Amino acid sequence: MHEYSIVASLIDRVQREADAYEGARVHKLHVKIGELAGVELDLLKTAFDTFRERTICDGAELLIQTVAPIWACPSCSRTVERGAILRCETCSRPARMTQGDEIILERIEMEAPNV
Amino acid sequence: MCETCGCGDPEIVPIEVQERILSDNDAQAVHNRKHFEGLSLLAINLMGSPGAGKTAVLEATAKAVGSRIKLGAVSGDLATERDADRLNASGIVSATITTGSACHLDARLVHHALHEFPSNDRDVFFIENVGNLVCPAIYDLGQAANVVALSVTEGEDKPLKYPVMFQNADLVLLTKIDLIPHLDFDVAAVEDALARVMPDAKMLHVSAKTGEGIDQWVSWLEERRPEKTAGSGEHHHHHEHSHEHH
Repeated sequence: MHEYSIVASLIDRVQREADAYEGARVHKLHVKIGELAGVELDLLKTAFDTFRERTICDGAELLIQTVAPIWACPSCSRTVERGAILRCETCSRPARMTQGDEIILERIEMEAPNV
Repeated sequence: MCETCGCGDPEIVPIEVQERILSDNDAQAVHNRKHFEGLSLLAINLMGSPGAGKTAVLEATAKAVGSRIKLGAVSGDLATERDADRLNASGIVSATITTGSACHLDARLVHHALHEFPSNDRDVFFIENVGNLVCPAIYDLGQAANVVALSVTEGEDKPLKYPVMFQNADLVLLTKIDLIPHLDFDVAAVEDALARVMPDAKMLHVSAKTGEGIDQWVSWLEERRPEKTAGSGEHHHHHEHSHEHH
């Protein structure tokens, strides 16, 4: 449900970038979404398709790169598998998530006629 | 005009951003965090399913601490002010944030509530989030710690079904433990599930009804209270929530 609020923030951010380029048209948005970011990808896509209308992102394509979660021991860097107890078998320290919860706007591909 | 060949085709400009999409919320959360720190306030983001017992736990907390610790709260709810009314009745200075159709609180809503809040002399401030195990986990509100209420009536596999909520928790309160004799609830199973989604899983068993476990919960809060500073000076208890192990 909060995918709509994420899309609203995304479009606002893109608009701020586009303000620097007169007559800009957004072609593509590249975002990175971790599998454990709490974002449902289908909902995100639907929200984007709905909310991009009549904004700077109208007609733009949303490209999503997903990131699988990885946990590692902060002492010895051994990785802990998803689904396993999140504690290093060797060091007994709690594992730390090193990736997998990202919600990032990586890149905008914009058409800027006056560049 | 294209500078390479002189044609009139517009150029595609790639703009690297590499920023969190929720960076506006992050910035507002930082502001809230400074506000809490300036008042030497321990701010707790209390989350859980609808009916997990968040409000009841807060009522039991108020009963246990009496006038020893000054409690404040804002209660997020889609409709009604019933949670805040209950909390005010229990001695917790409370205000409502009516979210309408929003399924979570965000830093902006909390900021607004803080500005309207009737008291600046609280010790511990609870942000009672909307009952929801999905959306609230994603929004930093400026809290010092995330506490998730999970009731024994919800099933042992809840942490596996909602990993994002539990991976971001600093503490899980297992609520309504007075009901365990009436259920087939397997505490070891929930501990196992939690250990697979929450590094350094910490869980306290509580009953708002009988008061069991509430003292340990209060101790947990007291351990995290910042030093009181005179005025709004800097203090050094910065409980930043990332994936750090504390």
